Amino acid sequence: MEPQDIKWKKSVMTKILGIETSCDETGIAIYDSEAGIVAHQLYSQVKMHGEYGGVVPELASRDHVRKIIPLIDAALIEAKITHQELSAIAYTQGPGLIGALLVGATVGQSLAYAWNLPSIGIHHLEGHLLAPMLEDKQPEYPFLALLVSGGHTLLVDVKALGDYKIIGESIDDAAGEAFDKTAKIMGLDYPGGPLLAKLAEQGQDIGVRFPRPMTDRPGLDFSFSGLKTFAANKIAACDGSVQSKADIARAFQEAVVDTLAIKCKRAVKQTNHKSLVVAGGVSANVSLREKLAELMKQSGGEVFYPRTEYCTDNGAMIAYAGFCHFAQKEHQLPTSYPIKVHPRWPLSEAF
Amino acid sequence: MNILLEDEQATLNIGAELAKRLPPKGVIFLHGPLGAGKTTLVRGFLRALGHSGSTKSPTYTIVEPYKLPERLVYHFDLYRIADPEELEYLGFRDYLEDSCLCLIEWPEKGEHFLPSADIELTLSYEGEGRRFKLKVNNAKWHESIVSIEDCV
Repeated sequence: MEPQDIKWKKSVMTKILGIETSCDETGIAIYDSEAGIVAHQLYSQVKMHGEYGGVVPELASRDHVRKIIPLIDAALIEAKITHQELSAIAYTQGPGLIGALLVGATVGQSLAYAWNLPSIGIHHLEGHLLAPMLEDKQPEYPFLALLVSGGHTLLVDVKALGDYKIIGESIDDAAGEAFDKTAKIMGLDYPGGPLLAKLAEQGQDIGVRFPRPMTDRPGLDFSFSGLKTFAANKIAACDGSVQSKADIARAFQEAVVDTLAIKCKRAVKQTNHKSLVVAGGVSANVSLREKLAELMKQSGGEVFYPRTEYCTDNGAMIAYAGFCHFAQKEHQLPTSYPIKVHPRWPLSEAF
Repeated sequence: MNILLEDEQATLNIGAELAKRLPPKGVIFLHGPLGAGKTTLVRGFLRALGHSGSTKSPTYTIVEPYKLPERLVYHFDLYRIADPEELEYLGFRDYLEDSCLCLIEWPEKGEHFLPSADIELTLSYEGEGRRFKLKVNNAKWHESIVSIEDCV
């Protein structure tokens, strides 16, 4: 068989099981090179809190051990396949919590060994960066990615598969964290970022202006810790009415959105990329979407978003990243399946 | 000990002064509401020990490790821990076995699973400034810590 044929065969037949356990979520998915994501299972604490009305869930967050096997079973049923049809197993190898990562790596490697499959360790952030490729409307390489969530605020220059460079990041709190904590200081539930954004809609411009941290100097790094403190002081000084809080929420949101947009604008100018990918929980923020759409329109480019369930931590992005690396070269069965994770793993050291 | 910290710089300074005085192994609790400056104090602490990079909030990651020239420091934030049992799933006990300093924010979320603290720091809002309180639980640390008051 010609090498070309092998590649062709792979691209038609591949099914990858993806395992994500780097932090809170246990995410399992199966990517099929013909049909896309055919199984997507997530054991989410947030969802359980909803179902149980705020009661501490039966299975605690990060208790990946008890969740992972039932979720893999559920994924195979959802995809209507048996494990014999899988081509490879991809798992998040880092960065993250060591105890959490070890569960995914141990299960991934053990199943690969038992089922005679190759395995692929994936960098968690690469999963996020490639997630928009799971949509019908996909960006073309190269593109600029803004990853903005409760855990991350990053600007990444994505030149090609495996060629990523972090060009800006938060030096303290993530943007989503600033949203969640400011919401909590306002008396909203944690994590209350989306609630704060909703409250901000009722807010009026009362002339309160929050700082736009680190925008008065060159560079693409962010800092959001000070905004939270600034908000806390404003809230303590206000009359405590809903309207006053809404006004502060509006000013706070404007500051975060402005800061993100200013840095994106700089990054677009610096990289000259025409596509901006925005992922992470905060990418659902309406005000941010409007601002970035306007920004990219001005520069003759376009914004791309993964769907909401692929924005937060999930197995689908790991399965897809696994597929990309699997399809790139021929894989042989390894002679051993070492269980090694990287709790600290700079993106630049992963490739 | 009870001091008024007037601004962020004062919080950074007290962190730095603490860093100079603490032994290489121990447990420090940091109490205080959101935005009181707990992570800011840790930033001052780490800088004084030679850390030149950023001090990211560990709220999401639960722990940020720092391998410094002469120390190993773990910065924990247990804010998102709903049940202290979760500390078992993230391998918390393994961290404590190292010869390291553990700075722990929101220790009340890990009650019964945490070792006792050698010192406890509390930051609270006072106007635009912060009230800083320090309580020494480990008698061996007392002498080196009390001199802090003269420095700030």
